[in-house]
Amino acid sequence: MSDTTPLLDVSGLTKHFPIRGGFPFPRTIGAVQAVDGLDFQVATGESLGLVGESGCGKSTTGRLITRLLEPTAGKISYRGQDITHAGRKRLAPIRSEIQMIFQDPYASLNPRQTVGKIIAGPMEINDINPAGGREKRVRELLEIVGLNPEHYNRFPHEFSGGQRQRIGVARALALEPKLIVADEPVSALDVSIQAQVVNLLQKVQQELGIAFVFIAHDLAVVRHFSQRVAVMYLGKIVEIADRDDLYGNPRHPYTRALLSAVPEATADETPARERIRLVGDVPSPISPPSGCRFRTRCWKATDKCASEAPPLVQVEGNKPGHLTACHYPETAETVPSPRLAKDPEAAA
Amino acid sequence: MTSTDQQTFLSVRDLKVHFSTEDGVVKAVDGLSFDLAKGKTLGIVGESGSGKSVTNLTILGLHDRDRTAIDGEILLDGKDLLTSTERELERLRGNKMSMIFQDALASLSPYHTIGTQIGETYRKHTGASKKEARARAIEMLRRVGIPQPDMRVDDYPHQFSGGMRQRAMIAMALVCDPELLIADEPTTALDVTVQAQIMDLLKDLQQEFGTAIIFITHDLGVIADIADDVLVMYGGRCVERGTKEEVLRTPQHPYTLGLLSSMPSLEGPVDVPLNPIPGSPPSLLNPPSGCRFHPRCTFTEKVAGGLCSTEQPLLDLIDGRGSACHLSLEQRAEFFADVAASRHN
Repeated sequence: MSDTTPLLDVSGLTKHFPIRGGFPFPRTIGAVQAVDGLDFQVATGESLGLVGESGCGKSTTGRLITRLLEPTAGKISYRGQDITHAGRKRLAPIRSEIQMIFQDPYASLNPRQTVGKIIAGPMEINDINPAGGREKRVRELLEIVGLNPEHYNRFPHEFSGGQRQRIGVARALALEPKLIVADEPVSALDVSIQAQVVNLLQKVQQELGIAFVFIAHDLAVVRHFSQRVAVMYLGKIVEIADRDDLYGNPRHPYTRALLSAVPEATADETPARERIRLVGDVPSPISPPSGCRFRTRCWKATDKCASEAPPLVQVEGNKPGHLTACHYPETAETVPSPRLAKDPEAAA
Repeated sequence: MTSTDQQTFLSVRDLKVHFSTEDGVVKAVDGLSFDLAKGKTLGIVGESGSGKSVTNLTILGLHDRDRTAIDGEILLDGKDLLTSTERELERLRGNKMSMIFQDALASLSPYHTIGTQIGETYRKHTGASKKEARARAIEMLRRVGIPQPDMRVDDYPHQFSGGMRQRAMIAMALVCDPELLIADEPTTALDVTVQAQIMDLLKDLQQEFGTAIIFITHDLGVIADIADDVLVMYGGRCVERGTKEEVLRTPQHPYTLGLLSSMPSLEGPVDVPLNPIPGSPPSLLNPPSGCRFHPRCTFTEKVAGGLCSTEQPLLDLIDGRGSACHLSLEQRAEFFADVAASRHN
């Protein structure tokens, strides 16, 4: 963490989607608690990974940061400025500094516009005329993302999935942003193409010094891309740490289970291949469990977990900056290797 | 293959599947052969458009017969499926061979309860009564680990979570105790913790019933977890075959090697760029000449006479292990060692 103001400072961020029902006078009968009290910072030029399973609120978080969604509660500060409820006008200059890359390279590009027009779009909207003209800038951008500048006049359907994702990256770079929110940018791509796009994003991040919020469900990809990683479960951050701490010394049982469930492409039959078997499914975010939200699937849960929500703190044995929300954090002694399994039945 | 000692249950010989489209003929599968024994799992790996799904739709006879030209032989327990009539295939599907798909929600009917859908297959093949079919459906749901199966049997698919739908589909596929199960990316749409549950379930069920499984995936991690033998497909052809250990430890084809080294892992070095395979998968309307991987291969100039772009390499199999590449095995051992050194296993 830098000693100056962080680029992005999020505190208590909450988003509840109301559920309306009833006839003939619909009223609010409940809420999907998609995101519930997130605190995190992103420093200039830093890459923060957000991981978690579907429905944990990671995409909602991305959309809140970019202000595509209106937060229910909490505060978002960008470079010290409170933008939580900023209006259109005040957001305009900030919007050009925060850009987004989407998951689906087919749905996120207008099929009726040429690549040149798509990439120039953000410049048009913000009325920016770079030296030498927009077309020259677009050609530069195409070159940066590894596409042929001569393809300026082509349409998206003439490109493969990986190339389309590059176009999406070029569009995000057009306004020289300070922060890019990338929502599952490689998960729709073939394995051999994923690595190409990850390398491109890494190059962009390092050479242009752009901060990233990298949202993904693939723990291996996140490990490769992010300096810091936050693990989310059912709308809450359960653990956040520097990459090496999180992967080398996961303290939250959920982080541990998640890591142990990733199948690795090795043929070794070592104990590291054993898993923590999580039983059941993620509960509904409409009525999340009381206390710790992971307790219904946790093998260590006690009465305390049901009554008291564990705070996200630096638990004993954590390095500074490594925060865990658990009453009974895992320790290096209980599980010698981060990938070594615990048998849930034996522990219960 | 490790399974030579066991009886071959499914045998595919020189299978060719060509579609005619408006733009020309798509050679989706171009000369594929493999064997599978009972109780074994064959993992088929490949990217989109490599022909892995088409192969399996053809085995089940689910292709469009008017537009597809098929050549070769598919023997299931000695019976040639390609010369079978639609009626004969109908008797086999769901009974002797079964399939589970990637998208469970799209594969289940939203208008019928889970119980009816599982029971339907059972009634059709065994002539059981509605009552018996319902009891069977409950038993199957219990076996795939759905809590309170006697209540959930009357639920509709939208009332199930993603993992439960996938379990229900597995229950439906296994209701008649099929001897062959084809699983086409069954875990791709699932979260890792649920994926782990489903794979454990498939392994348990296989142990119990001795089902032969074809597991199609693009994820080599999943292959490492579940497969006995592996077949790597590229551009409609098999480029490498062998046991899981052989293929993952000592890949022989540059494409397999490329796949393995382009994957980020939980243990390898960080802060170094990944090693992607350059370019993108070929179009099967107009596939590259010679070896279909040659435009993306980094070793083409090591082969004398530009053979890679002119001549199709043959799949050289000894005991079920081999690959289709013009490089000699000695050359590959030398060139691949450097790449393998940068990997971590």
